[in-house]
Amino acid sequence: MKITEATVRQVAELANLRLTETETARMAREMESILGHIDKMAELDTTDVPPMAQVLYDAGETGTLRADVEHAPLSNDSAVANAPLAGNGFFKVQLVIER
Amino acid sequence: MNVASLTIDQVRAGLRAKEFTATELAQAALDFAAAENAKTNAYLHFSAERALSAAAEVDAALGRGEDPGPLAGVPIAVKDVILVKDVRNTCASRLLEKFVAPYDATAVQRLEAAGGVIIGKANCDEFAMGSSNENSAFGPVRNPVALDRVPGGSSGGSAAVVAQGTAVVSLGSDTGGSIRQPASFCGVVGVTPTYGRVSRYGLVAFASSLDHIGPFARNVRDAATLLQSIAGRDPADSTSAFAPVADYSGAMTGDIRSMRLGLPKEYFAGLESETGGLVEKGIAALRRLGAEVREVSLPNTEYAISCYYVICTAEASSNLARYDGVRYTSRAAGANSLAGMYRETRGEGFGAECKRRIMLGTYVLSHGYYDAYYIKAQKVRTLIARDFANAFKEVDALITPVSPFPAFKLGEKLDDPMQMYLSDIYTITGDIAGIPCMSVPCGATHDGLPVGMQILTNHFEEAAMFRIAEAFERNGGIAAA
Repeated sequence: MKITEATVRQVAELANLRLTETETARMAREMESILGHIDKMAELDTTDVPPMAQVLYDAGETGTLRADVEHAPLSNDSAVANAPLAGNGFFKVQLVIER
Repeated sequence: MNVASLTIDQVRAGLRAKEFTATELAQAALDFAAAENAKTNAYLHFSAERALSAAAEVDAALGRGEDPGPLAGVPIAVKDVILVKDVRNTCASRLLEKFVAPYDATAVQRLEAAGGVIIGKANCDEFAMGSSNENSAFGPVRNPVALDRVPGGSSGGSAAVVAQGTAVVSLGSDTGGSIRQPASFCGVVGVTPTYGRVSRYGLVAFASSLDHIGPFARNVRDAATLLQSIAGRDPADSTSAFAPVADYSGAMTGDIRSMRLGLPKEYFAGLESETGGLVEKGIAALRRLGAEVREVSLPNTEYAISCYYVICTAEASSNLARYDGVRYTSRAAGANSLAGMYRETRGEGFGAECKRRIMLGTYVLSHGYYDAYYIKAQKVRTLIARDFANAFKEVDALITPVSPFPAFKLGEKLDDPMQMYLSDIYTITGDIAGIPCMSVPCGATHDGLPVGMQILTNHFEEAAMFRIAEAFERNGGIAAA
């Protein structure tokens, strides 16, 4: 699979990731090399094999239900304490809607 | 008291005999760790206040004649991706340099409830992505056994502090080998429990279907004690398992006669010769202890790296999407739109390996490639898990190398990500299947570099795994061969 710099730019856009020109060129080479190795999977016949998303174990029918008791959630102050910019208990960001 | 070589049993005996108090031990451990840290850079920061208050509680409990718990007074390091409330949690990333944890991970709550004393946060690869600890934004960790070499990764700091003696035990995390590989490189015991055996609540997510928390220790018994304290169902993690936790200590009888051990033939091809020779000696020792050894096959092993690097990058790209400059401490200055701020913050904050994995993950999940890569990898995951299920019909445990080679030099593999990925070849399969696996020290090369032997058992069979490892250790490791 050929990975061009244009592909890298398109994927970086999807990932909300700024890459410099140098990073973009390097990323194209590295992704091509890694995906080349990953393409080995295509050799395997996986018709009728179900996909495995998670390691699952049997549990009782109601095992995942917890007792219906209140407990305090993370406080608003704690939730915004690590924000680069907060005010009035909210996260603050750039203007999104123009008047 | 010699802080650098203490075991959990010795801490317990010392406290009981009043040779030292928990507070004295905590202070001594903090002083020693701070003084030694310049050699290895294994700690990112210390949690003196928290440690001294936990130690004071242990002393108070002892004063009241109460049992302060199985980890009472034990100085513990925690990898800097596992949250300790009110202590910084950087994930070894510039992006989270100032992040302070708003709550405790369940594993942290449990080890403190058992009397453990957390003295600091251990360095690691950024967001636990790497196999050498060179991806830390705060400098690599040096291997205490050979300072010009890597300690392995991603939990390199957690392995190094235990090898160096600056903590008695530690917690790390493992997604593709990040506990076992550094344990083998540093010559300590490292355990990746069954997926879901230890709650992931408070572990910063990398690849959620593969992430595990697990212990490092200088001997098997200490690792088992630590796991015993943190294992078990947690309603705060919906993937945590309901299965009852076995009694690990009682399982370590030293008797492995008639246990059936399998050697997967795919794991012994292409092994660097000195490492291979040491693992062969380890197997010979197990045979001498009465285990029955036979060859088995895990035929889909050669597809594991491909499968792993699709699933882990896909999950990582989703999990790391949250670091967008809104909630998590860092925001790039100067961007004048919201989207621009996201891009600049992430471009500035993430290191090269994180960017690589975000890009690969986004690519394999993108329109047109989702089926060919992501769904295909999940199907291959099923085949690899089936290989293990079939093998465990014939044997009680599998014995393999941990890494194809011992600790390499700093910088040696940094320029070739694919070479770095290939070094995980023997460890990622255990994570893919979600089975328990561990590294136990298995001698050293002529240059004095430690080598680990890997023991893998079926889901929730940690007790059998510890029994084998402890019998091996008790009889002198490869010396019993």
